[in-house]
Amino acid sequence: MNNTIKFEIDGKIIEAEKGQTIVEAAQANGIYIPTLCNFSGVKPKGCCRMCTIKINNKFMTACTTPVADGMEVENNTEEITDIRKSIIELLFVSGNHFCPACEKSGNCELQALAYRYQMMVPRFPFLFPQKGVDASSPKIVKDQNRCISCKRCIKTIEDEKGRKYFAYKNRGNKLEVVLDEEMAKTMTDEIAQLAMENCPVGSILRKEIGYIQPIGTRKYDKKPIGSEIEV
Amino acid sequence: MVKKVIATTSLAGCFGCHMSLLDIDERILDLIELVEFNKSPIDDIKKFTKRVDIGIIEGGCCNSENVEVLKYFRENCDVLVSLGECAIMGGLPALRNGIPIEECIQEAYIDGPTVQLNSKKILPNDPELPMLLDNVYPCHEIVKIDYFLPGCPPRADLIWDALVALITGKEMDLPYEVVKFD
Ligand code: SF4
Ligand code: SF4
Repeated sequence: MNNTIKFEIDGKIIEAEKGQTIVEAAQANGIYIPTLCNFSGVKPKGCCRMCTIKINNKFMTACTTPVADGMEVENNTEEITDIRKSIIELLFVSGNHFCPACEKSGNCELQALAYRYQMMVPRFPFLFPQKGVDASSPKIVKDQNRCISCKRCIKTIEDEKGRKYFAYKNRGNKLEVVLDEEMAKTMTDEIAQLAMENCPVGSILRKEIGYIQPIGTRKYDKKPIGSEIEV
Repeated sequence: MVKKVIATTSLAGCFGCHMSLLDIDERILDLIELVEFNKSPIDDIKKFTKRVDIGIIEGGCCNSENVEVLKYFRENCDVLVSLGECAIMGGLPALRNGIPIEECIQEAYIDGPTVQLNSKKILPNDPELPMLLDNVYPCHEIVKIDYFLPGCPPRADLIWDALVALITGKEMDLPYEVVKFD
């Protein structure tokens, strides 16, 4: 059976494997669709909506939608670009993102998306919500001001027995992603490093290594996020 | 060519953005050919003496005087530019947002670990002092702002490119490396 199908992104015909998501197929063909909560190796859940695309006049998330033969996807249109930009802006105003004082600055995916979509100022008013910082564990700082509740840490950070280090707490606009106090006591440097790397923003930071990379050498200083995918 | 008139001010900022403006190095000589400065800490002109083309605002609004100066700029400038993170989103001074003013003052003048010379526990109370606002506000939440140039401080190249575009009326072409939030 032939598993290859053909579909279009912004009028460009591309080939994909059946069962691939639109994000995966696009990436394999050198087309970047921005994502934030999506993480390789984890089942996508489409919660941040960064990968919003349009199919048949309907907005969908490209990380959860499988490719189909003959499908016509709108990706880089003015309308979709503005929607994505507004999502980035919402994330900025609904947390407290003081980039100049953030150790993740330069390596942060949210900030990199803001650069890529040329956010000079959010169109929404800043909320300045009251949120806490938990620095009680030996290895990491968990800063709620910057958490975007993407769940990447919950899904990917566990010990050898499969026990999770991070969990949801509270609901609605009180929702927080917190570090398990007991688990935190035995966290290794390796796990702490992985947790920091897998967090797209500066909500999980390893202690005592802040600002280790000079400005100009960080991941998104010179090249926009997604440029590594684009051909 | 008639020189464009520029005014600048620093509200709740650290003067870093003004320093970055000086960081355009020898291009400052070209700038002087293109513009004249009116009210600005650079020439110490205190009051507007003519209509201004471009007003540059550093810092957000943390007290009543900031609001007054910002409104004064809006009235006297054709175009207003928010320069830097503090003008755009409050910046580091806005870290106090959400903390009651009494607590901030108490910490700054009485309880703080670096307070040494206030044995009489005096809080600033001179009627000449501007009143602190409940929060630190981005400038565009007080008056209309026309352009935003992010950075902490904004790169000198960003300021230069944007200024030249505004002065000459050409479109701004801002390279990726110069638009940064830190
Ligand atoms: S997490 Fe990212 S966007 Fe938020 S303050 Fe840090 S660098 Fe800026
Ligand atoms: S801490 Fe980081 S990885 Fe975890 S949910 Fe928050 S933003 Fe996502």
